[in-house]
Amino acid sequence: MVHLSWYMTVSAILFSMGVFGFLTRRNLIMMLLCIELMLNAINLNLVAISHYMEDMRGQVLVFFIIAVAAAEAAIGLGLIVTLFRNVKSVYTEDLTTLKG
Amino acid sequence: MVYLLFFYFSIVVIGLAYKVISAKNPVHGVLTMLALFFHMAGFYLLLNAEFLAAVQVIVYCGAILVLYLFVLFLVDIKSEVKTGPFIKNGAKLAILSSILLLLTFLRGVKNFSLGPHGHFTIERVQEITHTKAIGQEVFTTYILPFEIAGLILLVAVIGGLALAKREAEGKEG
Repeated sequence: MVHLSWYMTVSAILFSMGVFGFLTRRNLIMMLLCIELMLNAINLNLVAISHYMEDMRGQVLVFFIIAVAAAEAAIGLGLIVTLFRNVKSVYTEDLTTLKG
Repeated sequence: MVYLLFFYFSIVVIGLAYKVISAKNPVHGVLTMLALFFHMAGFYLLLNAEFLAAVQVIVYCGAILVLYLFVLFLVDIKSEVKTGPFIKNGAKLAILSSILLLLTFLRGVKNFSLGPHGHFTIERVQEITHTKAIGQEVFTTYILPFEIAGLILLVAVIGGLALAKREAEGKEG
């Protein structure tokens, strides 16, 4: 049987890569995609722990996280489309309105 | 066999994640993410969570990624392909911070200990099927969070409509 810590290590690596992508990408769409990567890492962690605890709590939580991720993607991408119509760019370095 | 599948899935998932965060073309990034989500579903199958694997494929691969692709086609892709994927000054800091985060997580993994076992053993879940087991939990213990999740989806629908509608009114006026 595969040990639980292996799943948790894979999940930690995935989450760190998501954080790295979120910090370095300039494209807002790719930044949202990196958030999805982090959510998937969390989901893997929850399912693995839930499986090894022989409990359903973690998997129910994953079910809700997937629902929230769908809502988040819909709202975030709607915001990006609106932003692109107004600013004509989806790059973080072009969004300098608050700089004055 | 389980070990082999686990190593296959973990190597492919981590490799694809690297491809996603380093892809110059966002379309390639999104399509790589598609393969990554399928392999995450494989992980769930490995962990006896068939229902979640199906939900992962239907919701993530079927709905969310299609949404991402649509938005990518709405914004100007040509100008995106030309620019580099990484911030020039700051990549080092980002590498440093994410490696420190990873080390913190790994320390947590090392010191992790499982809590008391629940009553959904693998045999019991296989006997009553995973979908029924998760359905029993969702519709009894977690009925209030389930309703709240429905409310969140309603907010997402209304929010998406409001974002699109404001733009249409701006064009008219």
